[in-house]
Amino acid sequence: MLKKRIIPCLDIKDGRTVKGINFVDIRDAGDPIELAKRYVQDGADELVFLDITATLEKRKPLAELVEKIAREINIPFTVGGGINSLEDAKAAIKAGADKVSINSSAVKNPSLTTEIANEFGSQCMVVAIDTKFENGEWTVFVGGGKIPTGIKTLDWVKQVEELGAGEILLTSMNNDGTKSGFSLDIMDAVSRTINIPVIASGGAGAKVHFKDVFEKTKVSAALAASIFHFGEIPVPELKTYLKTENIPVR
Amino acid sequence: MIAIIKYNAGNTTSVKNAIERLGFDCIVTDDNQQIRSADKVIFPGVGEARSAMNYLRERGLDELIISLTKPLLGICLGQQLLCKTSEEGNTKCLGVFDVEVKKFPATDVVPHMGWNCHRQFNNSPLFKGVSKDDNVYFVHSYYCELSENTIAECDYILPFSAAMQKDNFYATQFHPEKSASVGELILKNFLEL
Repeated sequence: MLKKRIIPCLDIKDGRTVKGINFVDIRDAGDPIELAKRYVQDGADELVFLDITATLEKRKPLAELVEKIAREINIPFTVGGGINSLEDAKAAIKAGADKVSINSSAVKNPSLTTEIANEFGSQCMVVAIDTKFENGEWTVFVGGGKIPTGIKTLDWVKQVEELGAGEILLTSMNNDGTKSGFSLDIMDAVSRTINIPVIASGGAGAKVHFKDVFEKTKVSAALAASIFHFGEIPVPELKTYLKTENIPVR
Repeated sequence: MIAIIKYNAGNTTSVKNAIERLGFDCIVTDDNQQIRSADKVIFPGVGEARSAMNYLRERGLDELIISLTKPLLGICLGQQLLCKTSEEGNTKCLGVFDVEVKKFPATDVVPHMGWNCHRQFNNSPLFKGVSKDDNVYFVHSYYCELSENTIAECDYILPFSAAMQKDNFYATQFHPEKSASVGELILKNFLEL
């Protein structure tokens, strides 16, 4: 049986992980490679590296980091945050990334999704979507969640599937950072609307939240950052719990 | 020396990294002579069948691959291209395996993406020390039908060939290079054949 995936997300700034990591036995918590290796050991199913470096020119340093990550880890990983063109995607994939994710640039330039999918296959094209529930509907936000687009989330996910996306990383801004659980309604609606895998993101704060999102929606994977980084919910403990709750995990 | 065939549908970086982590020397190449003189050949692949086959034909790599007598491992699209035909772009493939490659019916999420284990395993040297309950990483929208060459069977939407073997030709639908320690063991088994 296909397993539900657990995906830690690492924010990278100037080649270092940020958001305060406190694994006891990691010497350099800021080193993304050390952290990634720890997550692989712990049984994480995939990793996402999100480059939040503010400088405009980040293709080269990002590619160098991706090369290092690819040499060290033996599970699939996605790179996002610095991908705004086919050239950026090419650099990350050539360096060894399995998938690239685009967010604002997918809205700005819808053909980019198709271009990357045509060149490297849709399996490597992840479209990340930040969505917010306001005035009775879910819409898409860009620019790190600051800019409303007015596009309805369910319309956008159908469109990106047609454009050639292989997977959708869906973050509920209402839930992100609240630790109150994933937004089950939009995760359910989106995962029933499209036929490509959906990664649920935003709101994980307890083990039961993962159980809920896998039991009550069709999402294929769940992503979280701080609860893993701070050791609040170690990945092995989460996996053991999900197994006892009959959720298929590796 | 291990030769990784370089072509337009390769995730050659990941495969190269995985082989080097296991301590073997390898080279990514499309040079016929280098491929012929290698001890073993890996035929990786992430991409689209028709354009990949066109690329191989233009460089004479199609003839070369089927003429090899040393162990060869096709991975993912590599496995599919070793079959007879693929529904992807209605492509005539290399024909090592007398098998058709078909698109998954859309009755569940496609691609089949993530970790899955096997329904059944044959006694193949590729799986020495591996249990059928061990998970490996898949990502594909097309599948190889079951056949007499099937050495591992997986079930997603329907049963399909997760691994195949005929003579010196080995192939996996999953990505051993991305399948953590289980994948490394399978790759090591191949490299030590």
